[in-house]
Amino acid sequence: MQNNVKYTIFRQDFAIIANWLKFGDKVLDLGCGDGELLKFLGATLEIKGYGVEKDDDNVLACVKNGTNVIQMDLEDGLSGFENQSFNTVVLSQTLQAMHNTERIVLEMLRVGEEVIVTFPNFGYWRNRLQITAGRMPVSKSLPYQWFDTPNVHLCTLHDFDDFCKNHNIDILERKVLTEGQEVSLMPNLLGSLAMYRLKHK
Amino acid sequence: MSENNSVGIVAPKTAHFSEPLALKGGGVLPQFDLVYETYGTLNADKSNAVLICHALSGHHHVAGKHHESDKYAGWWDNMIGPNKPLDTNKFFVIGLNNIGGCHGSTGPISINPATSQPWGSAFPIITVEDWVNSQARLMDRLGISQLAAVIGGSLGGMQALQWTIAFPGRVRYALVIASAPNLTAQNMAFNEVARQAIITDPEFHGGDYYAHGVVPRRGLRIARMLGHITYLSDDVMGEKFGRKLKDGIKYSFDVEFEMESYLRYQGDKFAGEFDANTYLRMTRALDYYDPALTFGGDLSKALSQTKAKFLVVSFTSDWRFSPARSREIVKALLDNESTVSYAEVTAAHGHDAFLMPDKHYHAILQTYLGSIEVGDAK
Repeated sequence: MQNNVKYTIFRQDFAIIANWLKFGDKVLDLGCGDGELLKFLGATLEIKGYGVEKDDDNVLACVKNGTNVIQMDLEDGLSGFENQSFNTVVLSQTLQAMHNTERIVLEMLRVGEEVIVTFPNFGYWRNRLQITAGRMPVSKSLPYQWFDTPNVHLCTLHDFDDFCKNHNIDILERKVLTEGQEVSLMPNLLGSLAMYRLKHK
Repeated sequence: MSENNSVGIVAPKTAHFSEPLALKGGGVLPQFDLVYETYGTLNADKSNAVLICHALSGHHHVAGKHHESDKYAGWWDNMIGPNKPLDTNKFFVIGLNNIGGCHGSTGPISINPATSQPWGSAFPIITVEDWVNSQARLMDRLGISQLAAVIGGSLGGMQALQWTIAFPGRVRYALVIASAPNLTAQNMAFNEVARQAIITDPEFHGGDYYAHGVVPRRGLRIARMLGHITYLSDDVMGEKFGRKLKDGIKYSFDVEFEMESYLRYQGDKFAGEFDANTYLRMTRALDYYDPALTFGGDLSKALSQTKAKFLVVSFTSDWRFSPARSREIVKALLDNESTVSYAEVTAAHGHDAFLMPDKHYHAILQTYLGSIEVGDAK
């Protein structure tokens, strides 16, 4: 699926997400931060977007950005959203910080016809190197120390592939990025950001 | 708040309507007055008008003072004024007293033209729908065909919601704060106890107490005391009063705890200035409002014709109009793919929080209202 979105922004992951959507889609962005992704998708694809965010400052930033935002905690599930009521539900670089990880992915598949999940690949060689050297990895994509990290459920591409297989989830497409560039060779070793387009089987 | 962001000295106006108003309950108000105040200036294309809908005990005096010597400013003065969240440099703000009220608009204490006596018990039961219809008449009178926004908290939020249902083309933004799409049984139960306190007061005289030169003070006082308990959270009452004593334990039924002193003070103050018949009708309007009822209980269907953009706000410690009730409104709007944002403000003050100058709450409103486009001033 290609929209040939012309992007001038530096966020390659945003551009990939845009290319996985259709013009005018209804999109739910979970953990939407300041609403930047939805604003970008609104400008490029005229999507009907809603964000979900729990942090006060981010909710205020969304209001400032003119993004629809619903303040709630994703850990409580998506009970306020009907089955299959969105074309796509996005969870961008938030999966690893969720406590109810399994539940949120299943909830996303319930609410969205398709699901986009992106997360930092823990199997990235720089992470492996730091662990081999005897330390918890700290990097651009994992910028926290072990004691202050919000990331409680880190995984590798292989782990997530297995998760999908075990939960009857179809992987429609997968892209792997490092420093904004797509990686096709040995992605679980050379890729730092994993991007999945999913659907319920 | 300093005085330089006050709307200053304001004066109420009265609009008389001689066309009858058909009421949802079946009756007709042959004519009526609405008392209102305005702040700011209506712009050239009349695109900057914002209507404030009041809650149970509110009225038209929303901001500013009537006299320099007034002890208190209007009931939502922290929200409205130059550079405040609802900025009167930009918006033309209208506050009114609803019909059935006791602050100047036609209500039970008004003279019934048919009898030349106060309406009393004969004053009809008024609904949220009736209020919104009467408010639309006032907008017609002011030449405002479309409101930039309608804003209300609690019962006022129900009116804001009703505006979007009854007049979808006449409201661009609706701010529904600390409200609900209808009352729960528990919420209505508080209203029923409050009404029973009033109705069983020997000085109620079936609602025609004016003729007897008395008012059902005791009933109204108890009703208000009960209300105040439900407007605060357990935490705030604990923090404000705890088990603090005024003097010491005296083993009596006098005022011994600070909390009792507060409730009695609030009850007495209210009973001295509010009309019991109005209180009965306001609580009934709350009970009856249920826009989903005619749609088989389906709120999404009830809101399917709305065109406004919505901001829904709730407060975490509000148990009388809990966040869960606001989320029902949000869900119905999402079902309709409406433009909606929802803020759940962390606040300790219970239902009263919507009247408090919480920093985050005000920032959300200031930002949201700031983004509303209005025409030029001239």
